[in-house]
Amino acid sequence: MIQSKTLGSRLSRLMIMLALVLITFVSLAPIVNTIMVSVSSSTAVNAGKVYFFPVELNFSSYGQILNDTKFWKAFLISVERVLLGGAINMILTILMAYPLSRSVTQFRSRNKYMWIIVFTMLFSGGIVPWYMVISKLGLINSIWALVLPGAVPVFNVILLMNFFKGIPKELEEAAFIDGAGPLKILLKIFIPISMPSLATITLFVIVGHWNNFFDGIILINDSEKIPLQTYLQQLSLTRDQMQNLSVEQLQQFNKISNTTLNSAKILVSMIPILLIYPFLQRYLIHGIVLGAVKE
Amino acid sequence: MTYHAMLLPGMVMLFIFSIVPMFGVVMAFQKFIPAKGIFGSAWAGLDNFTYMFQLPDAKQIFVNTLVIAVGKIVLGLIVPIVFALLLNEVRLKLFKSTIQTIVYLPHFMSWVVLGTMLTMIFSFDGMINNFLEFLGLERIMFLASNDWFRPLLIVTDTWKEFGYGTIVYLAALTAINPALYESAAMDGASRWKQTLNITLPGMFPTIILLGTLSLGNVLNAGFDQVFNLYNPLVYETGDIIDTFVYRMGLINMQYSFATAIGLMKSVISFILIVISYRLASRYAGYRIF
Repeated sequence: MIQSKTLGSRLSRLMIMLALVLITFVSLAPIVNTIMVSVSSSTAVNAGKVYFFPVELNFSSYGQILNDTKFWKAFLISVERVLLGGAINMILTILMAYPLSRSVTQFRSRNKYMWIIVFTMLFSGGIVPWYMVISKLGLINSIWALVLPGAVPVFNVILLMNFFKGIPKELEEAAFIDGAGPLKILLKIFIPISMPSLATITLFVIVGHWNNFFDGIILINDSEKIPLQTYLQQLSLTRDQMQNLSVEQLQQFNKISNTTLNSAKILVSMIPILLIYPFLQRYLIHGIVLGAVKE
Repeated sequence: MTYHAMLLPGMVMLFIFSIVPMFGVVMAFQKFIPAKGIFGSAWAGLDNFTYMFQLPDAKQIFVNTLVIAVGKIVLGLIVPIVFALLLNEVRLKLFKSTIQTIVYLPHFMSWVVLGTMLTMIFSFDGMINNFLEFLGLERIMFLASNDWFRPLLIVTDTWKEFGYGTIVYLAALTAINPALYESAAMDGASRWKQTLNITLPGMFPTIILLGTLSLGNVLNAGFDQVFNLYNPLVYETGDIIDTFVYRMGLINMQYSFATAIGLMKSVISFILIVISYRLASRYAGYRIF
């Protein structure tokens, strides 16, 4: 691209960069504010003094979390859920995407399966029948209730299927002539080639499981077995009652409610995502675009 | 044979957790009583649906859902386009990728976490209100005000998701032939003219595609977000179909009524998705499979 070097164009580029920095700052502001609240003293927070710098720096809220067994129990359940649910999601996604990526001549029933799968993505019986099936199966209050109902992420299956379709036929034919069966072709050729796409889907799946709070609310009644996001959601339950209070009562309530501690808790809950994100995000652009634009 | 075997585990899961619940929609036409089950409960014909159309709440919820969803779709289309255009002007690679990474981050956070943060920031003595007071304005109960709740939902949703949209548009921009810019510059076109006549038309297919596909979402105003931000004071403007169905079905245990509303939504959504997919394949050449 040709760049003109006049003063005017330089100035406008500077303005654009400033605007970008400003928007980016707005994007980060709530997170930065929450970090600062978590490391400030409660009195400073309640006095409304904490914006983007800590006031009366102290880490006592993090110390409190260390001793909070309920928090860590919920944290472990979320970790278990991500590992178990993520593994099931990925295995089923790969196993389904591969046959569906075959042409109808190679796999005659392909389109029938495809219609069923797409239909389940577009139409659902609604939350009440869904809940009843899960409860009839006796899954309530078990980790399987969090993992099995979403075992097949249909959107990801289609994403990966489209990626598999783009793999050159010649690779497969060569392997086939060498005597490899479908399973071997999948394991030795398709999976290694699809690493960027698989990384993207893995990130989606991990984030999806980690962030889900709703199934924990309705499918787990035992407060000892709820995942982390559900635990955090219930911390803020008092908000509902809070809104009915008068302004004075509200201010009183804010003095007792532990904003610093809750901020620290939600920040700790973000750590696993922040650790995984940088490793997988470089594949994202590649993975998303390939899934979005087809043929 | 191997192919069928590979599909089997996934199909079993889909059958149990997606297809079996579809049969549960018969509850919408029953006076469902859990103890009697689907086979023992009495039929009610269309009673649940007529009740729905008579209930003023139901109409309000439908309107809320539409207004919130359309607002999110419109703002969620404009902001990423503008942001991608601005970002496209920047030549510093590191600057560009850093900004992209940062604005994409909220997309990966749950509405529980963001809900807690936003409640803090928008609360009566939170950061925003302190700032308003600093400017000499009055404090606003954002989360308890029927005037402010919808705009708040729309803006915060756009804030969370615009980074994701930006990536898609930037990808569309990289596909534009650089020779077009070169010849335009030769002819004396300014950056602004180039943007108007090359970049925007280049993005057009992607804009059309995302725009038409979002049509299928007009009844999805975002359960997670509303659920984590709303409260009884803003039911009037903030309650959407999904949150209403949740409260009716699982809290108030009006199973048949909740299923009827859910079914209504599913059917309309299904039709909209089919239409939007048709439009997308006609005007943007998009095919899922």
